Amino acid sequence: MYEGVVQDLIDELGRLPGIGPKSAQRIAFHLLATDPVDIGRLQDVLGKVKEGVRFCDVCGNVSEEEQCRICRDLRRDPALICVVEEPKDVLAVERTREFRGRYHVLGGALDPLSGIGPDQLRIKDLLSRIGAEEVTEVIIATDPNTEGEATATYLVRMLRDFPGLTVTRLASGLPMGGDLEFADELTLGRALSGRRAL
Amino acid sequence: MYLRHLQVTDFRSWEHVDLPLEPGPTVLVGQNGRGKTNLVEAIGYVATLGSHRVSTDAPLIRHGCERALVRVAVVNEGRELTVELEIAPGRANRARVNRGAVGRPRDVLGILRTVLFSPEDLALVRGDPGERRRFLDELLVLRAPRYAGVRSEYEKVLKQRNALLKTAGKRRGNDPYALSTLEVWDNHLATVGAQLLAARLNLVADLAPHAAAAYAGVAPDSRPAKIAYRSRLDEALPEGYGVAGGARAEEDTLVEILLQALGESRTAELERGVSLVGPHRDELELVLGEAPAKGYASHGESWSFALALRLGSYELLRGEAGGEPVLLLDDVFAELDRRRRARLAEVAASAEQVIVTAAVDEDVPGELTGARFVVSEGEVKRA
Ligand SMILES: Nc1ncnc2c1ncn2[C@@H]1O[C@H](COP(=O)(O)OP(=O)(O)OP(=O)(O)O)[C@@H](O)[C@H]1O
Ligand SMILES: [Mg+2]
Ligand SMILES: [Zn+2]
Repeated sequence: MYEGVVQDLIDELGRLPGIGPKSAQRIAFHLLATDPVDIGRLQDVLGKVKEGVRFCDVCGNVSEEEQCRICRDLRRDPALICVVEEPKDVLAVERTREFRGRYHVLGGALDPLSGIGPDQLRIKDLLSRIGAEEVTEVIIATDPNTEGEATATYLVRMLRDFPGLTVTRLASGLPMGGDLEFADELTLGRALSGRRAL
Repeated sequence: MYLRHLQVTDFRSWEHVDLPLEPGPTVLVGQNGRGKTNLVEAIGYVATLGSHRVSTDAPLIRHGCERALVRVAVVNEGRELTVELEIAPGRANRARVNRGAVGRPRDVLGILRTVLFSPEDLALVRGDPGERRRFLDELLVLRAPRYAGVRSEYEKVLKQRNALLKTAGKRRGNDPYALSTLEVWDNHLATVGAQLLAARLNLVADLAPHAAAAYAGVAPDSRPAKIAYRSRLDEALPEGYGVAGGARAEEDTLVEILLQALGESRTAELERGVSLVGPHRDELELVLGEAPAKGYASHGESWSFALALRLGSYELLRGEAGGEPVLLLDDVFAELDRRRRARLAEVAASAEQVIVTAAVDEDVPGELTGARFVVSEGEVKRA
C-alpha cells in the first residue's frame, strides 16, 4: 500500500478493464514522472470525453452529435444492420471495408453472472428500429464466446417473427472464446462475407 | 513418445533443474521431501495444464517467486517438439511451442501425453464423485484435446445458467424476460453438455474392458471389477450407451434428451437456483462383485481398483493414435504388495518411457533398472 493519493490513483486505474494491480502501479508511477503539460492534455480529454461524447440515438455507437457519422451517412445501406456488442466492435468491422450497412450497438452481451439481461442491453431499441425502418437483413456479430453466442441465440429468437427479415450470424472461422475486436481484418472480413442464415 | 529433456525454473521447491532423459525406465531416488513428486508434477502439468495435487496454480510457484517455467522436449515417432509453459497465478499462463508463442496454452495439449500413478489415486475410489468426473474428463482430453475447450465452455455456460436460475427464481412470475433467456441457456447447456456427455459415455464404453482386465491382473483372487457411467438421465438414455460393445453415443440424440430433462426439472431448478441435470451431476460408478467400491471395498481392494483405472487408461491410450503416453509412477511401489507390484512392473517395463520415483532403491522392482538419478537438496544427479 502506498500513501494517500498515490494509492487512490492506483486503485482508480486498477478499476479499468484489462489493467491488473501491477499495470496500475506501473501507469501510476509513469504519470507521477510525466511532464505537467502532458498530464494537462490527458486531464483535458478526460473532461471532454464525458461532456462532449454521447451515444448515437439510433445505433448506440459513440458519437459527438445526436446521430453518429455512420447513421448520418446517406450512402450506407439502411436495409442492412450489423449488431455488435461494443463501439470498439464497430471499428473492427469498419476496418474490414466489407460492410456497407449500418450498426446497432447492444452495449454488452447477456451475462447473468454480472446481472446483465435483455433489459440492460439495447435490444428493445433494435426491435423498434427493425419495425420502423426498412430493414431486410440483420447480421449478428456478437463475440464468439459463451456470452456472445447466448446473445446471438436470444436475438435470433426475438427476430424470428419479423416477416421478410433475414437473420445471419458471422461465419465461423473466428476463433471460439475470442473477442471480435482482436480478430484480424482478414479473418473478420472473410467471416462477414461467408455469414450464414439462421 | 518420450521426454528427451525436462527443465524447470522456480517450480515448487526447485530453483532450477535441467534433466536429460532417455526412453525406457528412469528412476528418481531421494529422501522424503526432496522434490521428487514436484518434478513429476511439473511433467504432468505440461500434459494436462493442471496439477494432480492442487486445484490452483499458486502453490506451484516457488516461495518468493512470481512465476514458474517448465520446459520439455518431447519426441513422438521421431519428431521432436519443445513445449514451454510459464505459470503465473492470477493471470493467463503463457505457452510456447518450439520457441514460438501459441494462441492459448490449451493449444499445447496433446503434444505430451502422460498417465500418472500417485498415492493420491486412492481418492478415485474413496473420494467424491467430482474426483471421478475429473478422472474421466482428463482422460477425455488426453484422448482428444479438443475436449479441453468443450469442458471449459460447459463450465462457463453452467455458471451463467446457475446465476440466472438464482435471480429468476427469486422474481418468478413477474419476469417474462428471465424465462426467455433461460431457454437460450438451456439450449447452450444441452448443446455443449451433449458433446461432453457423448464423449464420456463413449470413453467409459472403451475403458471398461481395459479396467476390468487390469483389475483381474492385479487382484486375480478378488471379485471382478466393473465400471459404468451413471447419469441422472439413465432411463432416458438409449440402450447400449456407455456400455462396451454397445451403441456409440450420438450428440444429437443427447441434445434432445437433455432439453427434455431440463424442461422437466425447471420448477425444481428455479426453486433451488442450481442446474440439476447435465454431465456435471453424473458419476463414474465403480463396482466390485455386486457392491459399489466406495464404502465397501477394503483398503487393498480400493488400491487395486485405483491402479486398475490408471492401468486401463494407459492401455486404452496406448492402443489409439496420438503416441504412446509416458508413464509416471510416483511413489506407488511402496504401497503395493508383491503381486500388484509385479503386475505394474511388467507393464511399466514394456512402456516406451517410464519415470519412477521412490524414497529408497529397494522400492523399485528389478525390471525397472535403467537410468538412475539421485534427488538431494536442490539438485538432481545422475548416478
Ligand atoms: N511452492 C513451493 N515453494 C518452495 N518449496 C515448496 C513449494 N511447494 C512445495 N515445496 C517443498 O517441496 C517439498 C516436497 O516436495 P515433494 O513432494 O516433491 O517431495 P518428495 O521428494 O516427493 O517426497 P516424498 O518422498 O515424501 O514423496 C516440501 O519440502 C515442500 O516444502
Ligand atoms: Mg513424493
Ligand atoms: Zn449511429
